Amino acid sequence: MAELLDFEEPIAVLQKEIEALRLMPSTPERLAAIQQLEDRATSLRVEIYATLKPWQRVQVARHPNRPCMLDYVERLFQEFTEVHGDRRFADDTAIVAGFGLYHGQPAAVVGHQKGRDTKQKIYRNFGYARPEGYRKAMRVMKLAEKFREPVIVFIDTPAAYPGIESEERGVAEAIAVNLREMALLDTPIVVVVCGEGGSGGALGLAVGDRVLMQEFGIYSVIPPEGCAAILWRDAQRKVEAAEALKITAPDLLALGLIDEVVKEPPGGAHLDYDRAAALVDEAVGRHLAELQAMTSEARLDARYDKFRDMGHAGQSFVDEGAPAGSRAPGQAG
Amino acid sequence: MAWFKKARRPIAAPEQASRVPEGLWVKCPSCNKAIYNKDLLASLSVCPRCAHHFRLSAADRLRMLLDGGWTEHDAGLRSTDPLTFTDTKAYRDRLSKAIAATGLNDAIIVGSGTIEGLPAVVAAMEYSFIGGSMGVVVGEKITRAAERACAERAALIVVSCSGGARMMEGTLSLMQMAKISAALGRLDRAGLPYLSILTDPTTGGVAASFAMLGDLNIAEPKALIGFAGPRVIEQTIRQKLPEGFQRSEFLLEKGFIDLIVDRRELKATVARSLRLLGVGPRSTTPPATAVPTGDESDA
Repeated sequence: MAELLDFEEPIAVLQKEIEALRLMPSTPERLAAIQQLEDRATSLRVEIYATLKPWQRVQVARHPNRPCMLDYVERLFQEFTEVHGDRRFADDTAIVAGFGLYHGQPAAVVGHQKGRDTKQKIYRNFGYARPEGYRKAMRVMKLAEKFREPVIVFIDTPAAYPGIESEERGVAEAIAVNLREMALLDTPIVVVVCGEGGSGGALGLAVGDRVLMQEFGIYSVIPPEGCAAILWRDAQRKVEAAEALKITAPDLLALGLIDEVVKEPPGGAHLDYDRAAALVDEAVGRHLAELQAMTSEARLDARYDKFRDMGHAGQSFVDEGAPAGSRAPGQAG
Repeated sequence: MAWFKKARRPIAAPEQASRVPEGLWVKCPSCNKAIYNKDLLASLSVCPRCAHHFRLSAADRLRMLLDGGWTEHDAGLRSTDPLTFTDTKAYRDRLSKAIAATGLNDAIIVGSGTIEGLPAVVAAMEYSFIGGSMGVVVGEKITRAAERACAERAALIVVSCSGGARMMEGTLSLMQMAKISAALGRLDRAGLPYLSILTDPTTGGVAASFAMLGDLNIAEPKALIGFAGPRVIEQTIRQKLPEGFQRSEFLLEKGFIDLIVDRRELKATVARSLRLLGVGPRSTTPPATAVPTGDESDA
């Protein structure tokens, strides 16, 4: 059974009852009772997940059993072939990049891989990417452009790795270059935020024609704990910070920062990988078909306009004219 | 023997001290020398003794870089607090306070004019406005500055002085990194120069977007420049960071900065760089493609 989060306690109670009944000799009555309890657990799960609070969504997005990038790659692509290295320094294992067949069509795939068991997590650096990862991803995306293949991106990272070597090798520059070049890359790009969209570390791979987000993913400028530590001076106020930051998929859709919320199976993607992947597949396939029907020029203009419009007049700012008492412009001192 | 006997007198400093007007003398935090304020201003807020660079306001920055007679743009843009964000204090109140304290509507001033006669659009960040943080207004104004530089065939210069993206505008702030970088991409492909001036501090989302994308990245001495803040890194690796880590000189050594320039040489260096990147005075380079088409001009 999947690990349960604190707010899933009522489901845990039912599951214990079910297990207790299963230990006893099976009778038709008991089987019926088990069935009834299981139905109740399912409907309870649907109910709980329909009204998750932002912090609870953060917990789901970080769920230890949440499908990782490679779980989706395995289900959506054939002949996936991973490629390695940025041709400059090293291969970063927190970012996976490669090529595969998407519904028979060659495509490039890049994304963060967090890893599931302890050994994998360490190998993947918990999805904290180093500069090499962003540069590797850009190398593969440039190849995709060269060979006229679409790019499909999976976003799932707590942040870019905040360590000495990251800074020494210019993680800021690596992310910045990706932002600029992805905006100009002449091939369709579909981004799926499938877990944690952790600030610049996420955005460094997430400039696309379409940005989709799974129902229980999050996408934030700073982790709620970090925000709470700075603004509330108390990391324990993360629940309030998660609310205030508006990091859930429905919030971001309303703000116009993502294009579509991709449904997850009842109780979250971690309960049914196949179903979760099928839902992602449907959305990615649909958006890709739309993008491939566009001319390069129209697609690139639309991509520019889409990001250009993030935080627009009326929604995020107003133009009040020059503030009262402001200096007359043009006076050099 | 009264040699060691102290004549105890009450400390009565305030009255005497107040005879010196506030702000006439400034103590240099680096060499502790008291500097006559007028001397400091005359040297562009660089300590005449140890060359410590004091933080400069956005307005001073524009005055220092541009020739006289420049035009300010988009001064009226003001955040609407799109998330209605509240922590221990309402963001709306923080904004009003910053606006009242700085006389600016957000953490940036954009102006266009000339630098030693070369056409340029200059955006300078204001650290005293919520740590120079980048929200939607900063994002929009730099994007417009890049678009304006494109339309007017002018060079773009952005002076960064910021802790990074503004938390109180959430993911909207984050997306300004992409928005600005996309505009810089167009400027780049239009063949126009972009100089990034990195000053103390330039970190977070500002470093990881426009500050690192200059055709030339020019830093002031000893500025803190980096993606993750030093404290975050120390918490991650659980050890003290080496002296000079994430300072301009460190970035120069690692290959991410083209030049470190003393502020007193900055304008001359910027002008020389622009000339070497092929920028000429406007009159000698009639733009063949970009005829002004009644571009909505403000200010």
